[in-house]
Amino acid sequence: MSEATTPLYEVFIRPKAGLSHKHVGSLHACDDDMALHMARDVYTRRAEGVSIWVVRSDLIAASDPVDKDMLFEPTASKIYRHPTFYDVPDDVGHM
Amino acid sequence: MDVVAAIEDDLFAYALMLGDSALVLSHRLSEWSGFGPTLEEDIALSNMALDLIGQARLCLDYAGKVEGRGRDEDALAYLRDDNDYRNLLICEQPRGDFAVTMVRQLFYAGFMQPCFASLMASRDSTLAAIAAKAEKEMAYHLRHAGEWVIRLGDGTAESHTRTQRALDEMAIYVAEFFTVSAVERRLADAGIAPDPLALRAPFENSITPILKEATLIVPSFAGGQYGGKNGRHGEHLSRLLGEMQVLHRAHPGATW
Amino acid sequence: MYAQALDQKDRSPVIAEDPVRLERFEARCTAEDKIEPKDWMPDAYRRTLIRQISQHAHSEIIGMQPEGNWVTRAPSLRRKSILLSKIQDEAGHGLYLYSAAETLGVSREELSEQLLSGKAKYSSIFNYSTLTWADMGAVGWLVDGAAIMNQIPLCRCSYGPYARAMIRICKEESFHQRQGFEIMHTLAKGTVAQKAMAQDALNRWWWPCLMMFGPPDQASQHSDTSMRWKIKRFSNDELRQKFIDAMVPQARFLGLDIPDPELRFNEESGHWQTGAIDWSEFRRVLAGDGPCNRQRMRVRRQAEDEGIWVRDAARAFAAKRAARRQAAAIAAE
Repeated sequence: MSEATTPLYEVFIRPKAGLSHKHVGSLHACDDDMALHMARDVYTRRAEGVSIWVVRSDLIAASDPVDKDMLFEPTASKIYRHPTFYDVPDDVGHM
Repeated sequence: MDVVAAIEDDLFAYALMLGDSALVLSHRLSEWSGFGPTLEEDIALSNMALDLIGQARLCLDYAGKVEGRGRDEDALAYLRDDNDYRNLLICEQPRGDFAVTMVRQLFYAGFMQPCFASLMASRDSTLAAIAAKAEKEMAYHLRHAGEWVIRLGDGTAESHTRTQRALDEMAIYVAEFFTVSAVERRLADAGIAPDPLALRAPFENSITPILKEATLIVPSFAGGQYGGKNGRHGEHLSRLLGEMQVLHRAHPGATW
Repeated sequence: MYAQALDQKDRSPVIAEDPVRLERFEARCTAEDKIEPKDWMPDAYRRTLIRQISQHAHSEIIGMQPEGNWVTRAPSLRRKSILLSKIQDEAGHGLYLYSAAETLGVSREELSEQLLSGKAKYSSIFNYSTLTWADMGAVGWLVDGAAIMNQIPLCRCSYGPYARAMIRICKEESFHQRQGFEIMHTLAKGTVAQKAMAQDALNRWWWPCLMMFGPPDQASQHSDTSMRWKIKRFSNDELRQKFIDAMVPQARFLGLDIPDPELRFNEESGHWQTGAIDWSEFRRVLAGDGPCNRQRMRVRRQAEDEGIWVRDAARAFAAKRAARRQAAAIAAE
């Protein structure tokens, strides 16, 4: 008989003050408290962070890769949203 | 001059007490490497062992310097016999199951966290600096072990039984925390080390709510075994040191 | 080493894949695009990856044992800290890799069961014994050195979660080989007994380490597809040669002899050439007849079994607490 499974958590770490949390990996834990502790022990052994988020993997809503073109292609043509689209004469200086 | 020498002897003995307890307990924790109940906890146990080896190295290094006879951390760790070790008896007890390990860690950290917190105000700046680092580590061990003891005590019938048994087994080594050796008395009077008696209330204040939440029967910590601070140990320490020191002693004078 | 999985026969029935999807998938691989968990992938790709990643993970976990053998006897406190943190890293790497395998739809518990039942393999190098402290040097210097050769190309593996795990692992592992070399170096310039210990370790580990790269290319079975799918980038022989060329000068620097009377530098190819590898030993160890195969599995099983009541308790407590919180929330309404 297979042992009961333990929930999977995703771990996000803020590498230093001022930066946003970044996904670093996963782990198994029975509840949120345990997941936070384990995340500290597993993912910050080399002083990688100052703050941890954990969230159960099954609670994350994700976009479907099938929809990738529909969702993300249309913005590729809207280059006027980027500053480099615009010509500003060099002598104007930094803008 | 004599006063300074006396204080130095006491400082040496006290640094050994702190260092030996950390070293011997780290040895027991390191016996879990590869045997943790989950991969995640295996890593956590090694982290605690590494914290303690780090503390042991700082304390033994300082002891060697205070002694001034050229003994470094390794000479003190590897070339002393059990009756020269000054660790608390609880540290040398066999690894046991995970409940024993967590209860022991809870007791040890429950005592050492307030001990280091108080030692941070020591008139000895080296001890104060070691304590500042170690206090945070002990606070984490206390939290980690505390959560496990609650989980195990209030988990299944089996885990409850095992944890209550571990609690009763380990409880007999708690009284020793609060015995006051002559060294500790003099250092406390000199403002260098905390008075162990003053650590009893903070210990009980942090331990008791955890044990209650864990639905465990809080044992009486009165009586029990002591002697470690004076070099009188149980049967296990000699074996532990035999294993730890075997290679180092087989090659006298070698560097590694 | 860890790519041994690629050399095993895939016995699962071949599923006829949709040719259009398959073509699109292969084009993505060729273009060095990364495949992510929810992307379409051929069944054989998924199976190959599960097999390789889990074998890699199992190797990390079983690999903790030969080094764990010396933790309590490490000859200095500095070495003890290093060794313990290295073994701890291996547990971490096993964990990262299990997580990567789990994205392919298999649970950690299933993977663990496959290891314990003998269905899944791990690198056969870990079936050798660690008899002296010098073996801690040899394992770091040679075994981890060989592992790194394999693992660096895996950082560019087409499967995103595996590649990302490997990047983290390679970053963390960078100290592993160095500390092994440092141990060997200290022993080699130490006492006569220490130097003899180092030489003995090299004698015992050299050939098994060459075998870690798997059978010679002519005998390897899976490589073509794996190369096309960008799971594997170099052949066993290429990686083995790279390893030999890197190690020979290092052994000379240490003043140690590689246990191979036929070893010579081939001026023409610019590579070191070794004598013949005894592949019968490799097959024997792989088949279960190495010095420690049974012991490694017994110890792993023991660790799993002793942890059952703890894991049960953690799950039971989490369920109780969740129920209590729910009851409290209802009561508050």
